[in-house]
Amino acid sequence: MAMAAADIEALIQAGIPDARIEITDLAGDGNHYAARVVSETFRGLPRVRQHQRVYESLGGRMGGELHALQLTTASPD
Amino acid sequence: MPQANPRIDALVTSNDVVLFMKGTALFPQCGFSSRAISILDHLGVGYETVDVLQDAEIRQGIKDYSDWPTVPQLYVKGEFVGGSDIMMEMYEAGELQTLLTEKQVAKA
Repeated sequence: MAMAAADIEALIQAGIPDARIEITDLAGDGNHYAARVVSETFRGLPRVRQHQRVYESLGGRMGGELHALQLTTASPD
Repeated sequence: MPQANPRIDALVTSNDVVLFMKGTALFPQCGFSSRAISILDHLGVGYETVDVLQDAEIRQGIKDYSDWPTVPQLYVKGEFVGGSDIMMEMYEAGELQTLLTEKQVAKA
């Protein structure tokens, strides 16, 4: 089971329209990614809620199809 | 939405620091769980671990309980802190140390 980086990015973008998203394929195997997601909508939210917003936009794929996504979130400087 | 679970309630309230993980502290079965253990060891606090691979009910239950799709998951004094990415971010920012001090978690 694997997902393409572009698919991950598209899902997050659809869920969080203003997000700036950087995806890195960590192992080059299409299965271990790091994502950095920056959105104004994260401002003031606890980290857990920020990550939950990203997971929601991935619609249940996280922990299933998408095993390994190292996630960092932030609001714009 | 988070779901009630009396077994998990008991685990997170009877231990100050508890990590739901894959494998054990000595033999983590996943890189993310291994990273979470390293962080806890660096912090020097006492902690309990729950191996979700040994318990299918907890493995699914903890995801519903926390409304969080992955393992590991860290609880401090009954409160969900986050997964390994959040643990790492908080550790690097010194926030995890502050949280443990504020919640008066004893050193190991």
